[in-house]
Amino acid sequence: MSPHLRKKVVVVGHGMVGHRFVTAAIERGLTETHDIVVFGEEPRPAYDRVALTSFFEVGAEALSFLPSGAYEDPRVTLRTGTSVVEIDTAAQTVMLADGEEMAYDELVLATGAAPFVPPVPGAELGNVFVYRTIEDLEAIREAAKTARAGAVIGGGLLGLEAANALHQLGVETHVVELAPRLMAVQVDDAGGNTLKRHIEKLGLTVHTGVMTESISPDAVVSVVDEDESGILDGKVSALKFKDVEEPLAVDMVVFSAGIRPRDALARSAGLDLAERGGVLVDEQCRSSDPHVWAVGECAAPGGKMYGLVAPGYDMAEVVADALLGGAGTFTGADMSTKLKLLGVDVASFGDAHGTTDECLELTYSDAVAGVYKKLVISEDGTRLLGGVLVGDASAYGLLRPMVASGMALPENPEELILPQSTGGGGGIQLPPEAQICSCNNVTRGEIEAAVDNGCESAADVTRTTKAGSTCGSCKVQVKKIVEDYFTAQGKTVDTSLCEHFAMTRAELFDVVLIHGYKTFDQIIEAHGTGRGCDICKPAVASILASQLNGHVLAKENRKLQDTNDAYLANLQKNGSYSVVPRIPGGEITPEGLIVIGEVAKEFGLYTKITGGQRIDMFGARMEDLPAIWKRLVDAGFESGHAYGKSLRTVKSCVGSTWCRYGVQDSVGLAIMLETRYRGLRSPHKLKGGVSGCARECAEARGKDFGVIATEKGWNLYVGGNGGAIPAHAQLLAGDLSTEDLVRYLDRFLMYYVRTADRLQRTSTWIESLDGGLDRVREVVIDDVLGLGTELEAAMATHVDGYFDEWKATIEDPEKLKRFVSFVNAPEIPDPNISFGSTRGQIVPDVADGPALVGPVSLGATIPVGAPNLEESR
Amino acid sequence: MTQTQTQTYISVCRLDDIDPETGIAALVRGEAVAVFRTLDDRVFALSNFDPYGHASVLARGIVGTRGEVPFVASPLLKQPFALETGLCLDDPSVSVPTYEVDVVDGEVRIGGRRE
Ligand SMILES: Cc1cc2nc3c(=O)[nH]c(=O)nc-3n(C[C@H](O)[C@H](O)[C@H](O)COP(=O)(O)OP(=O)(O)OC[C@H]3O[C@@H](n4cnc5c(N)ncnc54)[C@H](O)[C@@H]3O)c2cc1C
Ligand code: SF4
Ligand code: FES
Repeated sequence: MSPHLRKKVVVVGHGMVGHRFVTAAIERGLTETHDIVVFGEEPRPAYDRVALTSFFEVGAEALSFLPSGAYEDPRVTLRTGTSVVEIDTAAQTVMLADGEEMAYDELVLATGAAPFVPPVPGAELGNVFVYRTIEDLEAIREAAKTARAGAVIGGGLLGLEAANALHQLGVETHVVELAPRLMAVQVDDAGGNTLKRHIEKLGLTVHTGVMTESISPDAVVSVVDEDESGILDGKVSALKFKDVEEPLAVDMVVFSAGIRPRDALARSAGLDLAERGGVLVDEQCRSSDPHVWAVGECAAPGGKMYGLVAPGYDMAEVVADALLGGAGTFTGADMSTKLKLLGVDVASFGDAHGTTDECLELTYSDAVAGVYKKLVISEDGTRLLGGVLVGDASAYGLLRPMVASGMALPENPEELILPQSTGGGGGIQLPPEAQICSCNNVTRGEIEAAVDNGCESAADVTRTTKAGSTCGSCKVQVKKIVEDYFTAQGKTVDTSLCEHFAMTRAELFDVVLIHGYKTFDQIIEAHGTGRGCDICKPAVASILASQLNGHVLAKENRKLQDTNDAYLANLQKNGSYSVVPRIPGGEITPEGLIVIGEVAKEFGLYTKITGGQRIDMFGARMEDLPAIWKRLVDAGFESGHAYGKSLRTVKSCVGSTWCRYGVQDSVGLAIMLETRYRGLRSPHKLKGGVSGCARECAEARGKDFGVIATEKGWNLYVGGNGGAIPAHAQLLAGDLSTEDLVRYLDRFLMYYVRTADRLQRTSTWIESLDGGLDRVREVVIDDVLGLGTELEAAMATHVDGYFDEWKATIEDPEKLKRFVSFVNAPEIPDPNISFGSTRGQIVPDVADGPALVGPVSLGATIPVGAPNLEESR
Repeated sequence: MTQTQTQTYISVCRLDDIDPETGIAALVRGEAVAVFRTLDDRVFALSNFDPYGHASVLARGIVGTRGEVPFVASPLLKQPFALETGLCLDDPSVSVPTYEVDVVDGEVRIGGRRE
């Protein structure tokens, strides 16, 4: 299609659903014929609003759906920080705040919803907030620094999330709810009471059945003149409740009293609205104007708005489909919810309130354990209609699809909610069409099909089908279906290391530890078959190194090492090696730099600065390695272990010593950590970073362990990496003293070394643990396994036993014997290695066949024949 | 296996110079040859040149077994080559040349290249 025939879709709002619309449009091919322009009022691209509260822990970037700020498809333009203020449906144009106009062929409204702030006097005071955007949370965090007590008005789902946030920020928190119970929409009275008890146990105060009459400013607490409310400009000091004498003293208030669709644009454009707000749309999400569509929380399909993200996603897909001429429709959505509020599981699904005629209720409650469960069952007892779970929602993953698929109930439905019942629900087999993941509309059949198509784990299935990737509440169920399906097919999930060892690396680690094996031969004779391979040998070498701390080139284990470890240098494509001396924290003296320069010059090496703040010298011939090391070791350098699956570097910014912003000495800490963990052999390479303040110049959160200085100490992040699948490190613990930091890091690293799979970076390892990061926190910080001292002791052994492998090698003639080009012609360099030159330095020449050396005299005993040219290839 | 030309055997090192389950590189008639020793003291000789990675490195690979077949994994990209035949175990259309080899009085000797 020629460019002027291309059509234009304008999208108003770049929130969760607007973003989903754009990705759906790209995936479905709409951008082949249409240009898309998206206007977003917020200063940043769409982010995961559902996970908004985790902003405090992970920061804005981790929540972003589009960290780069632009779509890869060049036919999509995103303009953030830009509001649409008017729609002219006759002219088919939109107008921006600055007066700019833009024409559209199709207009998609995805303006979301806004928090509802009831017209309470004093609502305009300082320190009164809502809870919807990252900016809101930034303001709340700022206010919480000085606030002592705060109130959240609204005890619904979002209100409790906001209350949780305030509580985490160290503010004494009150939840104020007009209805007689918390989460009135989702749970019944008994469920609400169980929830209330949980929350009060955490130290929050819950006020139900009270109405906020006014909010008072700092100056006047007792008398509030309602007429003057408009001119009050102080900060909040108290809440006054109707029929309650004593005001509640608070310094901040967060409103979370429901949301209202943002339909003002549509209203002034004359589009039809639903009775209770929202742009009225049909089953294809088309408004009363045929070229205007609405999706997400601003839309009201059939007159009903949906305050959840999953229905919004469905609408986005429907509109992308409709614009391509498809006939998909949106016909309502499952409003089931499961969440963890303040550490309490709460779920409600189907007809939670038992509104179906003549239905029966089955409840289980344990006030001591704080568990309440209710099932709503059809009159004849054959079908599950809905239910409420508080305190233990593990059955949700099974129960919700049971409702949705209408399958027959088992004989004893009460077993579904009795304590022993696991998330898997015993032998119950959901039908293939049962929707397991409601966020992404994935059925059991689709999950199994994904396994048929080659997925080998629940994580694979999540990657390909998206099941479990949004709210995560279906994850347990997805995992169970995948595992059951494997079993049904007689397939076991093969976790063997390789054909020689029918166990995982973690199991092997334990076996070696328990038996105290010292050599590969002992291990393979007792627990393996055959003579090993390039997979299990280096794995065993790494395990032995972690436990014994011996030299990797000790005679009995040398044969296990990958060539990098075997020659203590990194093999490059032409058979030469690169050499990287350790430069802890990236700090180096001018003298050190000069030595490296001299060595590189003397041995003709190519030099390059690495991403880990050190210098890599390329092009060393194997037989030259000992001489190169000798020069470096004599000048005080040691091996940088760039060749090992081991600690590489701890990168640092310059920190408080020089930097105007720095709050701690990041270089000092980085050097200390790098020196502590150098030489530690691990399942995969390990990298660290330390930044001297929150500006994060060392990119520490891109590392396996990252430390960021705070005013009070150090924040420790774990599980980051760069590479093909980058991961941001997650906060493990905050404001640590250096001593605690080192203790937790010791434990974290040793726990990883012991339990991770071969070639599993920390990020995937954490993901693979049952419970993920929470599990790591339990083991490392709360020490629930009681392993803390053992892990620390193991690290202490490592630290005490450390020695420089290069130095130990050049001092041992036995080890040096192997550093020769040819065993029978050590003076002849390998003719297959040759170099060209680029930008003034050497580069490898790559051979197309083995080079032949001409006749050379190797002395009397070894006659050397002429090269046999026909045979070369 | 037939020998194409009757080459004299050239001794390159002592058996003890090769650790069991490792290899060393030797220069034989101008060609780089990788010589391997297995745990049961059998000795094999292959061209040292990795046909995938185009570098002379096979002697530095890890030696192991696949089923009963002893092999070396190239240190560059890990392709496995059978020590006896030089065949790549993942792609039998690729192979590296092998050489006659024997051990006499503790001396490892390399003969001609096999066809
Ligand atoms: C704290 C919190 C927790 C939540 N938890 C859950 C949960 O567990 N499960 C669940 O399903 N849902 C949850 N939600 C609800 C979920 O976030 C929303 O359903 C979802 O974000 C709706 O997406 P949307 O795109 O319609 O609206 P939004 O994500 O709000 O996006 C609308 C965007 O449009 C922009 N906009 C509005 N007007 C204009 C204009 N005129 N010009 C330009 N841009 C404009 C807005 O600034 C906004 O960025 C939660 C919400 C919050 C706040
Ligand atoms: S992270 Fe902070 S202390 Fe370190 S260089 Fe950047 S601004 Fe300075
Ligand atoms: S149900 Fe939310 S991710 Fe599956």
